Amino acid sequence: MKRVFPILGILTAILLSYALYEALVVAPTEQTMGNVQRIFYYHVPSAWTAFLLFLINFIASVVYLVRRNPVADVIALVTAEVGVVFCTVVLVTGPLWARPVWGIWWTWDIRLTSTLVLWLIYIAYLMLRRFSTSGQTPVLAAALAVFGALDVPLVYFSIWIFRTQHPQPVIGGGGSIDPVMLHVLLINWAAFLCLAALVCWSRYRLEMLQREVEQAQAQESLVAPRGAR
Amino acid sequence: MNFLYAAYTATWIIHITYLASLFRRYKRLRKEIEELKK
Repeated sequence: MKRVFPILGILTAILLSYALYEALVVAPTEQTMGNVQRIFYYHVPSAWTAFLLFLINFIASVVYLVRRNPVADVIALVTAEVGVVFCTVVLVTGPLWARPVWGIWWTWDIRLTSTLVLWLIYIAYLMLRRFSTSGQTPVLAAALAVFGALDVPLVYFSIWIFRTQHPQPVIGGGGSIDPVMLHVLLINWAAFLCLAALVCWSRYRLEMLQREVEQAQAQESLVAPRGAR
Repeated sequence: MNFLYAAYTATWIIHITYLASLFRRYKRLRKEIEELKK
């Protein structure tokens, strides 16, 4: 297991470098937007990865609420944290694309607003987990995650249901995309998925280690006064 | 072109900052484990 991690890390680094090369060099330049359209190759895969992580967080939270399984609790925490990182990328790269294309950094459009609300819900989730000292924290967090996950379909389908300023979906929404652009998009998504998997794995191991240390510290604090006598 | 580079750079800064925070947490945990062993 100790050898698998560095090998996967190197493979992910190679895939990310190749995906970057594809996005900057291989993908054709879009006619109306020019080079700024290439932000799409980071923005969209980051959004899809965040949605996937929040979906896993939702499933793990439901499993925890039903079975009180501590592993499900750790998976929920890890996927929420990494999901917030990817959602932050979405919220930063979006305005950097919007400024040259729309002429504004931000608009209170349903897609943008619901994405910001999603990010805020998961920030609240992480703050609850970080600062609450109650023994019921995992249960409260799991309940919050279940409600938070309800925003994911709203974000995703908002551009189908409502009239928005955000571009229409290029896949499955009646839009069309150049096959080379689609290939580059999928390569970048694969690279970001590998990165997300590696980061989640590292964070999972760290959380498990942290829980072991906390348990050992609690045991030591129970034993220490007796030893001091 | 500047916006493109800004977006790509921002993406990597966000990911690297998070990875660095994980590394810091790991180092702090190693220290706590060493103290527990003593």
